[in-house]
Amino acid sequence: MGILIDKNTKVIVQGMSGREGEFHARAMIEYGTNVLAGVTPGKGGTEVLGKPMYDTVKDAVEATGANASVIFVPKQFAADAILEAASAGLDVVACITDGIPAQDMIRVVDYAQERGVRLMGPNCPGIVTADECKLGIMPGHIFSPGPVGLMSRSGTLTYEVVDRLTRAGLGQTTCVGVGGDPILGTRFIDLLPLFEADDQTEAIVLIGEIGGADEEAAAECIATMNKPVVGLISGRTAPPGKRMGHAGAIISGGSGTAEAKVEALTAAGVPIADAPYDIPALVKQQLARNKARA
Amino acid sequence: MKIHEYQAKEILRAHGAMTPRGRVATTPEEAFEIATELGTAVVIKAQVHVGGRGKAGGIKVAHDARAARDIAEAMLGSDLKGLIVEKVLVEEALDIAQEYYLGIVLDRNVRRHTVMVSAEGGVDIEEVAARSPEKIAKLPIDPRMGLAEFQMRQLCYDAALDRRVISSACKFLHGLYQAYLAVDANLAEINPLVVTAGGEVTAADAKINIDDSALYRHPKIADLAEESEADEIEMEAHRRGIQYVRLDGDIGVLGNGAGLVMATLDEVKNAGGASANFLDIGGGARADLVLNSLDLIMMTPGVEGIFCNVFGGITRCDEVAQGIIEARTKLNISVPMVVRLTGTNEQEGRHILAEAGVVAAESMQEGAAKIVELTR
Repeated sequence: MGILIDKNTKVIVQGMSGREGEFHARAMIEYGTNVLAGVTPGKGGTEVLGKPMYDTVKDAVEATGANASVIFVPKQFAADAILEAASAGLDVVACITDGIPAQDMIRVVDYAQERGVRLMGPNCPGIVTADECKLGIMPGHIFSPGPVGLMSRSGTLTYEVVDRLTRAGLGQTTCVGVGGDPILGTRFIDLLPLFEADDQTEAIVLIGEIGGADEEAAAECIATMNKPVVGLISGRTAPPGKRMGHAGAIISGGSGTAEAKVEALTAAGVPIADAPYDIPALVKQQLARNKARA
Repeated sequence: MKIHEYQAKEILRAHGAMTPRGRVATTPEEAFEIATELGTAVVIKAQVHVGGRGKAGGIKVAHDARAARDIAEAMLGSDLKGLIVEKVLVEEALDIAQEYYLGIVLDRNVRRHTVMVSAEGGVDIEEVAARSPEKIAKLPIDPRMGLAEFQMRQLCYDAALDRRVISSACKFLHGLYQAYLAVDANLAEINPLVVTAGGEVTAADAKINIDDSALYRHPKIADLAEESEADEIEMEAHRRGIQYVRLDGDIGVLGNGAGLVMATLDEVKNAGGASANFLDIGGGARADLVLNSLDLIMMTPGVEGIFCNVFGGITRCDEVAQGIIEARTKLNISVPMVVRLTGTNEQEGRHILAEAGVVAAESMQEGAAKIVELTR
């Protein structure tokens, strides 16, 4: 179970013939993901990792019945690759590629929305539903199945937290990296209702960072939800006006500060961890509270 | 990426948005020549990226060419809020009747470009937005429709601009939008947009920021970065393709992934220290990139210790450890160093470090505490 992807998800890999694409497709298959085919224009008819390659997403979908895609194509072609995936009618698309111009993403997100595609990213690590399906680049060995849903704007910080959760005996349903860019296909507010509706998710971890107002928007949504949420905001010590690596991580014009995000989430009843290692204890508290209530 | 006012104005002119007559000067003689050519009173404007440039003495009026030369002479080479003035813009002084505000900005909340028009120009627009938001007319642009003529008129009417200049303001806005799209901007701000006594609409000031992710398709604009006076080490990092931001503490920080590095800076602060920099080696980093990154950290003045925090997913811990060991010898690093490695190939990585006698930490908080202790 979990959200977005599970053991029945049929996956294609756009850009599977590239170095990154092949490397991560192999890791996805090793994790048990149902990878059916790859797509690279001009490589139709060949094979990579024993899987058939197609020239277009449309061909791959028609031949395999795939409903999800993960994109590893270079940034110059990535916006077009997302449009192609959306056009082919896939349900879930994770775009790993970073560095796509924001102007392109505005058009792409608009189209993906119209097509009803759930786009993760760009510049995201993908999605893992523990022990079922891995769509992206997250290291599979840190995940374990359990009751915690997780969503994050950061990749490696997600690994850090998931690793802590797993070591603390707190497994996960689905972990989603929404991406580090300013224009994202899926945001926290889009995922919260999915976690709220998922039978197996009992608590949610939100990993935010400076920049934008997605955490504040999430706080409004959380205030109306039943399931508990635990938060972490990175970049509390970042100075305004400096972009901290992620294109989306910048405090500009006094907005996007960690304080504002912590305040909004706290007001919505979300306990905020001081650091990644505080999260398991906070999650345990929330789970215990769930139990007491039941 | 920020570009200078004079560069922004060149881009605006190329797209049909009017700007005052004038050019950039790098010597007092050039300023004299430009002012002579213009034959009017001129404004001399320092081309540096600081806020409150006018108040800091970076904008001055000269009534003739000789005064222009004298002002340029005093301004060029001077220090404006910590930045050296290398260029000044010499422009005709405007006979100002009204000051408006025009802006287009990437609005991540609505995931569109949003246009803003206000009759309250010449002041901090964020103050206007906070005090009387109704005085700013806003429109998120539909990516498929673009910015239609009727929408531009509507914005101008909504912002209560002088009815006599609405067609000129729309023409300007059209040019601004074309310029914004053409250079992949994420901010284009005209504050103030001036209506002259003669009824002309022109950009007294102009600020354009370019989307860093789009620089690959604007090589000429990317070259402008070389001309702007960003931090030297940040520029060097940019050349090496490394995400580096200079901060003002004394603990050098290296990590993989922007979120993890930000969390590491927070953790150093939690432990009572202050970081000298943000540095993200990204995913799948090889030993030579680690070496290059540590080299940048060692260039940072005042570094008393280094904390490397790596969670290996795609990144291999042994590669990182190899880079660290190489760097220690090649760069002659004598300041204390603490390394936290976990994830892919962590045993191999830790073994390499242990053999070389590098202090290892099991976790991020332990590592942060150790480096703070060692640099105290």
